[in-house]
Amino acid sequence: MNKKKQTKKNPTNKKLNRRQLITGTASLGAIALAPKNVLSQETNPDNLPPNLPEWTQYLGDGVDVNPYGIPSEYEGHVIRRNVEWLTASAESSVNFTPLQDLEGIVTPNGLCFERHHGGVSVINPKDFRLMINGLVDREMIFTLDDLKRFPQTNNFYFLECAANGGMEWRGSQLNGCQYTFGMVHNVQYTGVKLSDLLMETGLKDKAKWVLAEGSDSSGMTRSIPIEKILDDCIIAWAMNGEALRPEQGYPARLVVPGWEGNMWVKWIRRLEFGDKPYMTREETSKYTDLLTSGKARMFTWVMDAKSVITSPSPEKPILSKGLHQLRGLAWSGRGKIKRVDVSIDGGKNWKTAQLHSPVLSKSLTRFTMPFEWNGEELKLQSRAIDETNYVQPTITELQKIRGVNSIYHNNSIATWLVSKNGKVDNVRLG
Amino acid sequence: MLGLVKWFLSIIIIVLLVNVTSASDRKFNIGKLATKEEIAGWDIDVRPDGLGAPIGSGTALIGEEIYTEQCAACHGDFGEGADRWPALVGGEGSLASHDPEKTTGSYWPYASTIYDYIYRAMPYGVAQSLSYDETYEIVAYLLYMSDIIDEDFVLSEKNIGEIEMPNRNGFLLPDPRPDILNTNGQPCMENCNVSTKVIGRARDIDVTPEDESS
Repeated sequence: MNKKKQTKKNPTNKKLNRRQLITGTASLGAIALAPKNVLSQETNPDNLPPNLPEWTQYLGDGVDVNPYGIPSEYEGHVIRRNVEWLTASAESSVNFTPLQDLEGIVTPNGLCFERHHGGVSVINPKDFRLMINGLVDREMIFTLDDLKRFPQTNNFYFLECAANGGMEWRGSQLNGCQYTFGMVHNVQYTGVKLSDLLMETGLKDKAKWVLAEGSDSSGMTRSIPIEKILDDCIIAWAMNGEALRPEQGYPARLVVPGWEGNMWVKWIRRLEFGDKPYMTREETSKYTDLLTSGKARMFTWVMDAKSVITSPSPEKPILSKGLHQLRGLAWSGRGKIKRVDVSIDGGKNWKTAQLHSPVLSKSLTRFTMPFEWNGEELKLQSRAIDETNYVQPTITELQKIRGVNSIYHNNSIATWLVSKNGKVDNVRLG
Repeated sequence: MLGLVKWFLSIIIIVLLVNVTSASDRKFNIGKLATKEEIAGWDIDVRPDGLGAPIGSGTALIGEEIYTEQCAACHGDFGEGADRWPALVGGEGSLASHDPEKTTGSYWPYASTIYDYIYRAMPYGVAQSLSYDETYEIVAYLLYMSDIIDEDFVLSEKNIGEIEMPNRNGFLLPDPRPDILNTNGQPCMENCNVSTKVIGRARDIDVTPEDESS
């Protein structure tokens, strides 16, 4: 596909050149200054009434210029981004979903944040095998085609890394919605429920734990209690209606709804059933929450209720006075979001935001609230409440119980400070 | 004739047996039975009690050489780490401090985990290329550097489940969350008693990637 695209004449580029010539040197300068892949978004008066823009007069691209469609060239800033200093190598690293640029609750596949421990495995689906062994009645192997013959399930679930917001435990560190909340995505998964799949293998009475193992070069492994496996876990092969993306575990991954993303083993190759947890590297040396006592919590799987205002946010300053729509996302690993409150004065007074349907269990939920801005300073906060009546805490509340060394499970309320010039900063109140 | 009847009967019995073992209590009859050889090739995990540990052994004395060859470039000659690659030893007594250092010696609760992880994922970029003996040797060297075993201790499948790691009891179960006060769904809505003074700004810390921030 790529080859074909490269060898083809690309009419888009031609037209781009003409457009650049038309717009003149001023905006050419702007193009040069803008980050790579981002076109000038300056207004061109030649395109405004009463003038005729070129797209009205001339033919545009025909079909098949992009056999697999891509976003508008003016949306080049909507990309995953990483923080290079966080990790030693890009193959064992993470990037972030641009939540500030997304609407609704669906994360487009190409924008779902990535977390790899040994790079992206490239797997021919014909060579995919899922092995199930250990304390089962029949140790078995399934092909991808086998999996697709089982009754299927289609559900939206959020996947959040337990370290989302991990850099913010001691204070506000990264100045962006993307960098502080972007280790989360929300897609519709198509797959087979493990409770169905396991009817083929049967389970021994002693089977209490499952070791889920990836086939990537980190051999990712996590232990999962059997109650969760039988409750709602899925082996998924599709996301948002198409095959999983390679970076999301193509051709199949484990889905563990509401629980920390590290357990959602990608490029899954094996499920081993045993009577005890396996105590893998990822559930002992990592993904354990160190407290001030020097002791660490282990097996903290559920992602507690959380919310974020995606606009305004550090990447989305307020550009004009008057009416605006505050937008945000809320989610809980314990079920549905029941309510989201918003404060514009740093948490002194709160108003309840509007939730948009669908409000699904263990899924991102969209909220909005209209507000009038007249150039005053604002301290924006959002607070999620889930159907278990859990109220999203402040960072002070979390620090009191867990200290500042936890890294994981920071689901505290963030504060966006809107300055009088409309710029927005990630700040800590106290 | 009697022979033929016997032959028929045995065929019927075989057919019945095959049915019983492969399909009778399977709901969908999808997938194939895994052979022992197939399982052996992929079943590489090692549990804290030593279950799954392959037959092999090694000492720190031998381990030093292979560690220097295969591990030291990223993790340092003495496991102290290099650049952003993690330290593997040191950090004892640091876990309750402001700057905890979590290493195999100071933090990891089980020796089995070190074996399991090194065998499945290391050396970084050449996973599952070490032999069982080489893996035991490297684990022995790490344990020796953390003063957990002597340099001539022979680590093997027989005793890896019995190594006592310093932080074995450093972990708390079960998960106590929700661990916050407010779980009644009725938080304060008006004139709440909170401090709204700005005490820190990400902008001042200045570690946000430049090109991408607004």
